[in-house]
Amino acid sequence: MDHRTFRAVHRVEGKSAAPGVAIGLLVRLVAAKAVARRSRSKADEQQALVGAIEASRLDLTVLAGKVNDEDAEAILAFQIALLEDENLAAPAFARIAGGEAANRAWLAAIDPEITTYDQADDPYFRARASDLRDLRDRVLRRLTGEVDQVVPSGAIVAAEDMPPSVFLATDWREGGLVLRRGSPSSHVAILARSRGVPMIIGVDIDHLKSGVDAVLDGDAGALIVDPDPALRADYDRRLAEQAAAREAASAFSGPVSTASGEPVQLMINVTGLAELKAMDPSQVDGIGLMRTEFLFQESEALPTEEEQYQIYRQMAEWAAGKPVTIRTLDAGGDKPIAGLTEAGDLNPFLGVRGVRLSLKRLDVFRVQLRALARAAVTGNLKVMIPMVTVPEEFDRCRELFRGAVGELHDQGVEAAMPPIGMMVEVPAAAIAVEDFDADFYSIGSNDLIQYVMATSRDEPQLADLARPSRAVFHLIAHVVDYAKRCGREASLCGDLAGDPQQVALLLDQGLRSFSVAPGALGPVRAAISRYSGKAP
Amino acid sequence: MNRLKASVLMRHEVGLHARPSVKLTKLAKAFESKIDLGLSPDGPWVDAKSIVKVMATKAPKDSTIYFRAEGKDAKAALDALVMLVDGDFHDGP
Repeated sequence: MDHRTFRAVHRVEGKSAAPGVAIGLLVRLVAAKAVARRSRSKADEQQALVGAIEASRLDLTVLAGKVNDEDAEAILAFQIALLEDENLAAPAFARIAGGEAANRAWLAAIDPEITTYDQADDPYFRARASDLRDLRDRVLRRLTGEVDQVVPSGAIVAAEDMPPSVFLATDWREGGLVLRRGSPSSHVAILARSRGVPMIIGVDIDHLKSGVDAVLDGDAGALIVDPDPALRADYDRRLAEQAAAREAASAFSGPVSTASGEPVQLMINVTGLAELKAMDPSQVDGIGLMRTEFLFQESEALPTEEEQYQIYRQMAEWAAGKPVTIRTLDAGGDKPIAGLTEAGDLNPFLGVRGVRLSLKRLDVFRVQLRALARAAVTGNLKVMIPMVTVPEEFDRCRELFRGAVGELHDQGVEAAMPPIGMMVEVPAAAIAVEDFDADFYSIGSNDLIQYVMATSRDEPQLADLARPSRAVFHLIAHVVDYAKRCGREASLCGDLAGDPQQVALLLDQGLRSFSVAPGALGPVRAAISRYSGKAP
Repeated sequence: MNRLKASVLMRHEVGLHARPSVKLTKLAKAFESKIDLGLSPDGPWVDAKSIVKVMATKAPKDSTIYFRAEGKDAKAALDALVMLVDGDFHDGP
């Protein structure tokens, strides 16, 4: 028998959230747990809490020196200031003096503070509860001896969940991400696809150990621990192909066309300015979808008109005359926003989300419409409304937009009415698309598929059903046909557009405008240029 | 006894929120004087050097912030704090 330690190849199944292959060391991040600590003397407990708070303060200070994003800096500065304020832990020290263990005393001191923020009337204050929770867990981790791990460069990272700020602060290189929680439409998944970081979700991470070799297959949705040499060589080859394809894709520019010379519009989906920094507008035909909900999720407070205007304006400037399609806030569903979305929604995907929420929260919607109307004079801006179900919703949005433009003109502020289109993602809107007087249509395939198939995207057991069937393609063809007949644009901006294997089928339906994650540009461009017409 | 008072209208869009509170308490801590903050001329007063207490006032936009300071550098402290709030918490000298 072989004397070397025998380690079986271990394959863990999950669900793909971002394609691609990663090879590297597996690192498991540990979440904070209220594990029972053995209680020692009062003096020891006191010292333990002092030490944990100081260590946490240092961790945050180091972290603050690394981030280069203003919102992240502000949150870290707030957390550091809280730790430096002795009033925060004073009740905990009083409890320790009364004989309580440090971890329990800390929880008892912080939880009422969190509750106070949770119950605030003002959404800005309510949103701070999450910063306190994060702080509570950080100190707890220190108290229970769990090291607050820095996410290492180029590793395959396994964790419960990951906040977008941690994702953005990590140097991923050839690494990848394995999460137990999250969904393919979570912000971290969108960022992973956009930056070409392979990612899978729905993985049982309990038995994963740090420090072993692993392969992450983001296409198949699997993690392979301790791959044998043959398998490893196979993946090494795929990794090399992937790197070559990325390099080729980044060198591409100019218009895209099919093998028969028919032009196709290829645009990108983005969540903010950060993703545009590394890109040249000559590589794309514009921005087909800007998801504004992430401006709302990431920032310390709901973004002001001026903040939104500056971002929309800079996007229009980046695109230099090419279209920039900005979607109004699509919160709700799996994209909750503290202080805005309804917490008690029993069935969030069928609840108050997208335009339904905007029309209920006119205070927030009007701010966004004003910012968009101002930005419309600075470039080729288009605005689209998400989750439209009946024509009245769309008409009401246009009316509100007109109101915002009129109000700005009255105040002597430059503003314009951009083309206003709608997302076609609710089956009711796709079937009766003729009833909607939109300037353009953009098919949101992620939601359209889940609503047509009655299948959640986040249910790993139903992955086979959560795929586009003939019924979905039929609806896509219906929308594209109608748009063509009345001379309006129709594009598709869901994940379906970014899947090279679906490109030919979508072209078969008559679709000639795609909007994809920047990471998918190369493969989709290649798939379009191979297309030579509908198979007979 | 050297106790001084000052007040200033806060116009910051989101009120005395995390970022403004961090700046305010940092500035207050730069002075030796005991400095209190309140939302009315007669208090109740909270320690202006404590972010926990300052945030707990949940002062909204357009509230008037009252300060009182006691100590050697009370005058300088009040001038600096009023300037910070009046300048909408922008960085500057």
